[in-house]
Amino acid sequence: MDIHRAITRPPKAHAPAGTHSSTDFGYLHSVESGAAVDGPGMRFVFFMAGCLFRCVYCHNPDTWKLHNGRKITVDDALAEIKPYAGFLRMAGGVTISGGEPLMQAPFVGEMFKRFKNELGLHTALDTQGYLHASVEDEWFDNVDLVLLDIKHSDPETYQRLTAQPLQPTLDFAHRLQRLQKPIWLRYVLVPGWTDGHDDIARLADFVAGLGSIVERVEVLPFHQMGTQKWAQLGMDYPLAGAPTPTPESTAEARSIFAERGLTVF
Amino acid sequence: MGILSQTIVPADAWAGFKGDKWRDAVDVRDFIQNNYKPYEADGAFLAGPTPRTLKVWETLGVLLAEERKKGVLDVSADRASTITAHDAGYIAKDIELIVGLQTDAPLKRAIMPNGGLRMVENGLEAFGFELDPSVHEVWTKYRKSHNQGIFDVYSPEILAARKSGVITGLPDAYGRGRIIGDYRRVALYGTDALRAFRLKDFRAIENEVFNDDVMRLREEMSEQYRALDELKEMAAKYGYDISKPATNAREAIQWTYFAYLAAVKEQNGAAMSLGRVSTFLDIYIQRDIDAGVLTEEQAQELIDDMIIKLRIVRFLRTPEYDQLFSGDPTWVTESIGGVGEDGRPLVTKSSFRFLHTLYNLGPAPEPNLTVLWSTKLPEGFKNFCAKVSADTSAIQYENDDLMRPKWGDDYGIACCVSAMRIGKQMQFFGARSNLAKALLYAINGGVDEKSGAVVAKGFEPITGDVLDYDEVMAKFDKMMDWLAKTYVKALNTVHYMHDKYAYERIEMALHDRDILRTMACGIAGLSVAADSLSAIKHAKVKVIRNEAGLAVDYKIEGTYPAYGNNDDSVDSIAVWLTETFMKKVASQPYFYRNSMPTQSVLTITSNVVYGKKTGNTPDGRRAGEPFAPGANPMNGRDTKGFVAAGASVAKIPYDAALDGISWTASATPDSLGRTSEERAKNLANCLDAYTAAGGFHVNVNVFNRDTLVHAMDHPELYPQLTVRVSGYAVNFVKLTREQQLDVISRTFHSKM
Repeated sequence: MDIHRAITRPPKAHAPAGTHSSTDFGYLHSVESGAAVDGPGMRFVFFMAGCLFRCVYCHNPDTWKLHNGRKITVDDALAEIKPYAGFLRMAGGVTISGGEPLMQAPFVGEMFKRFKNELGLHTALDTQGYLHASVEDEWFDNVDLVLLDIKHSDPETYQRLTAQPLQPTLDFAHRLQRLQKPIWLRYVLVPGWTDGHDDIARLADFVAGLGSIVERVEVLPFHQMGTQKWAQLGMDYPLAGAPTPTPESTAEARSIFAERGLTVF
Repeated sequence: MGILSQTIVPADAWAGFKGDKWRDAVDVRDFIQNNYKPYEADGAFLAGPTPRTLKVWETLGVLLAEERKKGVLDVSADRASTITAHDAGYIAKDIELIVGLQTDAPLKRAIMPNGGLRMVENGLEAFGFELDPSVHEVWTKYRKSHNQGIFDVYSPEILAARKSGVITGLPDAYGRGRIIGDYRRVALYGTDALRAFRLKDFRAIENEVFNDDVMRLREEMSEQYRALDELKEMAAKYGYDISKPATNAREAIQWTYFAYLAAVKEQNGAAMSLGRVSTFLDIYIQRDIDAGVLTEEQAQELIDDMIIKLRIVRFLRTPEYDQLFSGDPTWVTESIGGVGEDGRPLVTKSSFRFLHTLYNLGPAPEPNLTVLWSTKLPEGFKNFCAKVSADTSAIQYENDDLMRPKWGDDYGIACCVSAMRIGKQMQFFGARSNLAKALLYAINGGVDEKSGAVVAKGFEPITGDVLDYDEVMAKFDKMMDWLAKTYVKALNTVHYMHDKYAYERIEMALHDRDILRTMACGIAGLSVAADSLSAIKHAKVKVIRNEAGLAVDYKIEGTYPAYGNNDDSVDSIAVWLTETFMKKVASQPYFYRNSMPTQSVLTITSNVVYGKKTGNTPDGRRAGEPFAPGANPMNGRDTKGFVAAGASVAKIPYDAALDGISWTASATPDSLGRTSEERAKNLANCLDAYTAAGGFHVNVNVFNRDTLVHAMDHPELYPQLTVRVSGYAVNFVKLTREQQLDVISRTFHSKM
């Protein structure tokens, strides 16, 4: 991991192909209002449509296509969350997830800005970070917490697992370090894919190296609840019938992070 | 000084108690307000179960296992139950601290034919028991039952509505229940003083004009007076003299429990609730602890022992009844917490002790522990409740901030959601009418969609192929008029006869003479009706008719907003339905005994049966598919999670449903947070928010799907798995497979 990369300012923002650059409207897959698993406290979660990753274990393949989403304006999003603002200020906040929210970075940035300025909410971005270079540092001013999903520590396996390269995500982590932005690191534990001891140890070293911005690590045991969605979309699910992690292997993965002084759940 | 303090009360019973008003007249609230000690910290002081407690519980466990196998362990089919019909009975006589059983043996059920002989006979037959011929003879030749009286009066239309299920669950063949005696009075005053007070009340009206009302009241008071004597006699069988006030914590608990026990010996009510005893009892417990004669462990032991008794209250019922009510419920509801009118929380250490029984004895659906939630409750108590919820799913919450302005600070919950001032108010339980089915009647001109029979006479069907919102609403409005009229007639009949033939003597002896009575109507199928109207309004609903021209199915083109997603375009329909039906009920010309009409949005778990009796509906629900329970959004249609669902439910106005609005929210534990503390904090925040938004009631279910699926196939491993469904907790393994699947199919608000 090249530390110099982290100190250099990223190149001028540019919108990669396939992303959505309008701030007038965006594409929303769905919302969820009653969970406490996507950031601190009770969260109102916007699941944005569109993702350029093709993770073999994805449990939301129905969010892959941008245009599968419902077209909304920032005003619509604001109207959607406003009735809960009082509750959320006391009990949690708002999380923008997906899909990959950075696919619609300008729009999502606008959402964050207004959630923060007009409703005073705690904000969290749930991302794998690949597209971070498309936005300026200022974009993160309205983001209180990043839920950073690193799917593997080995570049080759990462590519195989997600159909995209690893390096931009690592760069993003360093950028967050430079910006001193708090991180909850998330790691999905998939038997046979991401449960190799050395792979986890390499990731844990990297994460520990990010320092105090990493508030917690969440090891998320793979589940099969996405199976039905693959079937509904008429797609072959690469992990159909794959086993879920045993409690022991989950505990072991967690201990690898914990050994490095990280707070793990 | 009043008659009590002068002549009857031994000085030491009330030693150290403050206040005067309660000494001169029956006024338990005044006693509580003058003497209770609010507790604002957390549950760290609590004690675990003693070996003695565990031994009693294990002894009972053997019998409970046997009962699960057989359905009913034993029945005392040899005699009709009364307060004094049976000798003393024990679980483990030598080590029980609080004593008293409904019959002479644990889990041996009593029979109460005053409600209806047929129900008793069917129940006995279903479980392989036989009625003593002399009981049969008495209730066929010499004694008329409540059930017979009602059917002497019912009109053909009521009978048809009852048969089709557009009105269902009427307490016309079983005890109405939902009456809470102020059982605390027996502990505070003793039966002799209560008799003296009643006699005074009786004499006070001897110079009135003897009209129907006065004569009925005097006859009832004589019965009450007698019931108090029987209560004293019953306690004497256990070696206690309860004619005088309780002198210590153990006696206070025992006296209170005896009074309740007399009620469940005399009445097989649909809900036999306990009231609000924990903070009252805490005064005695605290006095003994302060005097150094009781330890925390002993205090908890007394509460545990009382709770064990409340867990084994049983009634003989039929399998059909159990199906309607999902399991074998008794609704021994105990209301805990809340805030006083003076702003002090009514939370005491005993509020914690009652909830702590769910750890000491394991989770259980009974007694139905109900927390009166206020945003002003102490944080320590809020977090403790939330933790118990997350661990056991065995608590329901009701909005004290909504109820206190209506009912003061000494009300209790009867059954699931019905608030009443303890000892000052009772209700005429009215089951419910099926609004979804009434909507189908509006479309079909009063013809039943399943049987083809004419149930409501004099209505024209809709003949168009596409449902027109305005036309449907006009016809539905008229059909609701018919429904309200038929329904209230039935309820007047039921309660006239219940008072006449199955009067609750001991429960009413523990009320004031002059009380408020409510006529508690109810609606079922709110979300189905609201979604159906939303579909008709916002999408295009085509009618599919059978050969006879009856609308039997609907085809929806387009989409419609569904109730439960905090969307006003449909939530407003649910509000309108609730308010409109309440108005129609209230405008009926006569309510028995000048009762005040109210209504509930509650289905006491019978949503499965209501669904079975209702054909395809315009919202796309298939014939036979269960309704959502209570005011819940239809299963699976609340797509935005439970905060949005709760916001929709909170819009249903309490003023139009003063008998309560029930919502069941489910969540898997991991969806509420990563750690036990996080989960408790998050849940407590949600409850605060729901309460602040005006939400009335919520059952909190915290479990995961896998647990339930596994429990379906391995009931023996989950004897205590408690699931909350509309206003009530049930043992999951006691549900039918169909009900189990329904519970599982309900939205689990965990992110997939």
